[in-house]
Amino acid sequence: MVKKEIETKKEYFFDKPKNVKGLFRFFYALLLVLLVIEFFIYKHTYFPWEEWPGFYAVFGFLAFVALIFAAKYILRPIVKRKEDYYD
Amino acid sequence: MINPVPPAAIFIIGALLIPLLKGRLKSIYLLLLPIVGFINLINIPEGMHWVVRFLDYELVFGKVDRLSLLFGYIYHLIAFIIILYSLHLKDNAQHVAGFIYAGSSLGVVFAGDLISLYLFWEMMTFSAVVLVWSNKTGKSIAAGFRYLLVHVFGGLCLLAGIVLYVTNTGSIEFGYIGLKDLATFLIFIGFGVNCAWPGLHPWLPDAYPESTITGAVFMWTFTTKTAVYVLARAFPGTEALIWIGTIMTAFPIFFAVIENNLRRVLSYSLINQVGYMVCGIGIGTELSINGTVSHVFCHILYKGLLVMSMGAVMYRTGKINCTDLGGLYKSMPLTSLFCIVGAASISGFPLFSGFVCKSMVLEGAALGGMSIIWFILMFASVGVLEHAGIKVPYYAFFSHDSGIRTREAPLNMLLAMGIAAFLCIFIGVFPGPLYSLLPYHVDFEPYTTFHVVGMSQLLFFGALAYVLFILSGVFPAEIRAINLDADWFYRKAGTAFYRFCNVPLNSFRLKMQGFLSKVVDSVAKLGRDPLFIPELAIRYVHLKIAQILIPVAKPQGAKERLAELEFKLRRIQKISESGREYGADIPRRPIGLGVLLAFVLIFFYLLIYMLF
Repeated sequence: MVKKEIETKKEYFFDKPKNVKGLFRFFYALLLVLLVIEFFIYKHTYFPWEEWPGFYAVFGFLAFVALIFAAKYILRPIVKRKEDYYD
Repeated sequence: MINPVPPAAIFIIGALLIPLLKGRLKSIYLLLLPIVGFINLINIPEGMHWVVRFLDYELVFGKVDRLSLLFGYIYHLIAFIIILYSLHLKDNAQHVAGFIYAGSSLGVVFAGDLISLYLFWEMMTFSAVVLVWSNKTGKSIAAGFRYLLVHVFGGLCLLAGIVLYVTNTGSIEFGYIGLKDLATFLIFIGFGVNCAWPGLHPWLPDAYPESTITGAVFMWTFTTKTAVYVLARAFPGTEALIWIGTIMTAFPIFFAVIENNLRRVLSYSLINQVGYMVCGIGIGTELSINGTVSHVFCHILYKGLLVMSMGAVMYRTGKINCTDLGGLYKSMPLTSLFCIVGAASISGFPLFSGFVCKSMVLEGAALGGMSIIWFILMFASVGVLEHAGIKVPYYAFFSHDSGIRTREAPLNMLLAMGIAAFLCIFIGVFPGPLYSLLPYHVDFEPYTTFHVVGMSQLLFFGALAYVLFILSGVFPAEIRAINLDADWFYRKAGTAFYRFCNVPLNSFRLKMQGFLSKVVDSVAKLGRDPLFIPELAIRYVHLKIAQILIPVAKPQGAKERLAELEFKLRRIQKISESGREYGADIPRRPIGLGVLLAFVLIFFYLLIYMLF
């Protein structure tokens, strides 16, 4: 038991706010790089909208938002049941 | 050099010897089986092998070409990985069922005729259900029965289709079939049940999460991928498949967002992934078929990896719900790492295997100018990122700390996951070897700068949305609940239908039966002595008249006369009451009811016949 308590008090990587903050900084920097780099590359496209600057970024973001909202506010109220529904 | 044997034979016959072995010898034997199978496989030249005459037909146990070979390779590879993963397992039934399951899948893949294909197809169903039942919980047994019912339905569709098809064409050869008439439609549906098409899919998220930890990896691999194989063989370029596949990619992602059980999340993810494959078959160009087949290869590895990592979590903690897990990276760092590799691969991040295979299907759709399909597939790709790419690793290993401290997964599990993770990255970095095995020549370069940047933007900005949702608290909280799916129709509505049959219909039947029994009874009495009714009536009237008249007239010997009449009436009543009462439950008697019904029906039939 004593050993277990010591273990739970041990600080792990994501327990330190500094590490989490660093990770987020890296993530935001990567997003910025991805947006900027688009203007310097050759685009081999199939559809006209692929040429719009930041199309994939905007699409990815909006699709994610739409997905979450549809699942949370439309699907879940319809299909959610108690865990023992079928028992 | 010994002559090669059918690939299915090594697994299926090999499986039967497993219970005879023990300890280390058994472990070595288990690991050797897929290796021997693989050596056997690479020694089979392309062409038709093992043709056996059966009645008037020729069974072909080895239709070997580039398409079936690639499925053969990956099935052997994943069988080895799963066996390594389940080496700690003592339950022989699961080992035997697993090998028979993998072997019969190989049997389907190399079947050159419809009869042997059907036999192996059914064998898959029955061996797979053992892997669900082996969990030995009430839930798993019930789910196993439902699994069996749905697949027997699919199997019967397939059988009916095959019988019609063989009658129509006279050939049992299994090759391109195409959607033409009722026969081919039934075969199509039979394949579709195993492929978890929308509406036919609920057996998958119902039964798979109830399977055993090691059996799950078999389940997630074989049934759906074998269905993809037969579709690619028999129905390439069928337009309906484009839409079926596209819907398959899109609808499960909504369910996956709100699902609490992580193995059920992976079940929905499986339907979504198979959707890309089905869509590729539907598009039917060389590029998209290549995309489908390479997707099968990569998918089996990364989905196997994800299922294995969740299995390791279950093995150590006994829990699988998002609401119970979290913070496991602290005690299972390697498992977390492997899970992240699987998650990155399935999401299609550059340098991981999903990137080099899924893009082919997307490009196939783009080249065909199918903009709506393309948009839905892209949308579904974001959905994959959400549930398989982020949700599964995040809720199991990070998220809020559940306080669970456990040990790292056992060595054999880590090795199995390690091999799969290595292959996911290797294929992602060097897609060349995989491309060289595909059925058609590959003229596709996944690593163009625009493609890399575009996909990265899509995924990383999707992830940004996730981060913002989590930080703002809008993200749908994980709730201890279940979500209804189409299996409601046979679990709830089916029960209600049963109750409807039992209560109103059955009580009506009982009433009718009672009534008809009485009718038969009186008819039977009449039949025994047709004269007794008039006699009874006469005696009755006689007695009544006597009873009225005798007190008035008061003749001599009136009392004796009355007693005599009563005695006669009672005797006739007694005769009519003798013999047993009629009852439908007495086995001898329903014959009478049957004869009566037949008689009545024939009577009405004759009446109608004569009138019209």
